[in-house]
Amino acid sequence: MSKPNPADRLYSKDHEWLKYHGDGTATIGITDYAQEMLTDIVFVELPAIEKEVRQGETMAVVESVKSVSDVYAPASGKVIATNKILEETPELINKDAFGEGWIAKIKLTEPVELKTLLSAADYEKLIKEEKH
Amino acid sequence: MNLKKTPLYEKHVLLNAKIIDFGGWAMPVQYSNVIEEHHATRAAAALFDICHMGELEVKGPRAFDLLQFALTRDLADQRPGQVKLSALLNEKGGIIDDLTVYKKSDNSFMLVTNATTREADFSQISGILRQKRYDCVLEDISEKTGKLDIQGPRAQEILRQSITADLQNLPYYHFMEVKIMDIPSIISRSGYTGEDGFEVYAPAKQISIIWDRLMEAGKPFGLKPAGMGARDTLRLEAGMMLNGQDMTRETTPLEVPYGWLIDWKKDFIGKPALEELEKTGSEKKLVGFEMIGRGISRHGYKVFDGKKEIGVVTSGTFSPTLNKAIGLAFLDADFSAPETLIDIAIRATMAQAKIVKLPFYKRKK
Repeated sequence: MSKPNPADRLYSKDHEWLKYHGDGTATIGITDYAQEMLTDIVFVELPAIEKEVRQGETMAVVESVKSVSDVYAPASGKVIATNKILEETPELINKDAFGEGWIAKIKLTEPVELKTLLSAADYEKLIKEEKH
Repeated sequence: MNLKKTPLYEKHVLLNAKIIDFGGWAMPVQYSNVIEEHHATRAAAALFDICHMGELEVKGPRAFDLLQFALTRDLADQRPGQVKLSALLNEKGGIIDDLTVYKKSDNSFMLVTNATTREADFSQISGILRQKRYDCVLEDISEKTGKLDIQGPRAQEILRQSITADLQNLPYYHFMEVKIMDIPSIISRSGYTGEDGFEVYAPAKQISIIWDRLMEAGKPFGLKPAGMGARDTLRLEAGMMLNGQDMTRETTPLEVPYGWLIDWKKDFIGKPALEELEKTGSEKKLVGFEMIGRGISRHGYKVFDGKKEIGVVTSGTFSPTLNKAIGLAFLDADFSAPETLIDIAIRATMAQAKIVKLPFYKRKK
């Protein structure tokens, strides 16, 4: 069973989460449901600092033993920090997808895009449908 | 598309396995996760559903002559009860299949083929049979034959809970015909993981009884069911090739580490073509590599020497035992010596790797 999806953040249909900090910046990661689907994550490719990412485009890559999966930017922005620890311990995403397994921080360039993301409750519905 | 199901399909569903399309078969890729199943195989034991693989039977007074001509390996010194790995080639020397030959008696053999090559094998061998008119019969018994692999250091103890036969003294690449719970079976000491272990053949209709029995008997020994994901990481660590991926019908045994399967003293299909190639030397070689740079190389990634493309990755994964990324690549022979540095294109970046000797992993005896 996946961990509950925290209500303090927004979600994309591609299973990324975004936590807005109220100051134009946001932290991004993948959801617990996503890590559960991927299982044993063994490699993470992080974006370069200063990289401009656009909503829906690939910003990072996570790999399990068997699969390679793109992480899409849930909103457009400029990368201001990445979770470097993941390069040594990618399994942190499996252990704590919503916390220590965060992937990057961005400065939003199109804050209006946040309106296109899902609430925790709507995301919950989406994954229920996917399971069936 | 309708996927074929093995007699154990329902077992996998009940175990919550993730099912994938594996060459047209609905097979479990993992039950819990690949790394756990991989480690269970190396540390204790694992049970694999291998019913998708093919079995052909050759029987009759000239069964030996048919196989001796069809296959690259010399079978003249094969004793009843012995298993031999061999290659089946086409006229151009390309590999149709790498298969195992089980000699039951001088006029009765079983061939164990890869899942995807079973029909091609049958058609090639029956073609030879028609042409040469050897007095023997070839039959595809895949549908009525089930197969399980039990692999790992505790496999022998687990099997011994269910049979009285002396497994202890069964040498590697040898088999016995025994009964498991009254079911006529073949147990062969062999596998595709690099561990001690056994391949078990029994009638398809009864294979699930043996599966249940081994799952139950294996519990105290730490046995886990393992899927195709762990099977792939295990075989790659052991330096074993996967047909259709590390070799195709365009590949000859001279280009992959299968030169030892060729017996030049006898005649076999594909020999004249191989002799020609042997004179010129092969331009390509399949070699093992490990990553130095960051990233995991996967099947199909291109390999470079600076800007020059020199080959392609045929298999690549993260090795759970060695805790690093490893793989096999088909390269220009000039770059095949151990310690040679190569570059592999991983998405937008180039990552360095070096050629290493196979296997990547060898179990302690």
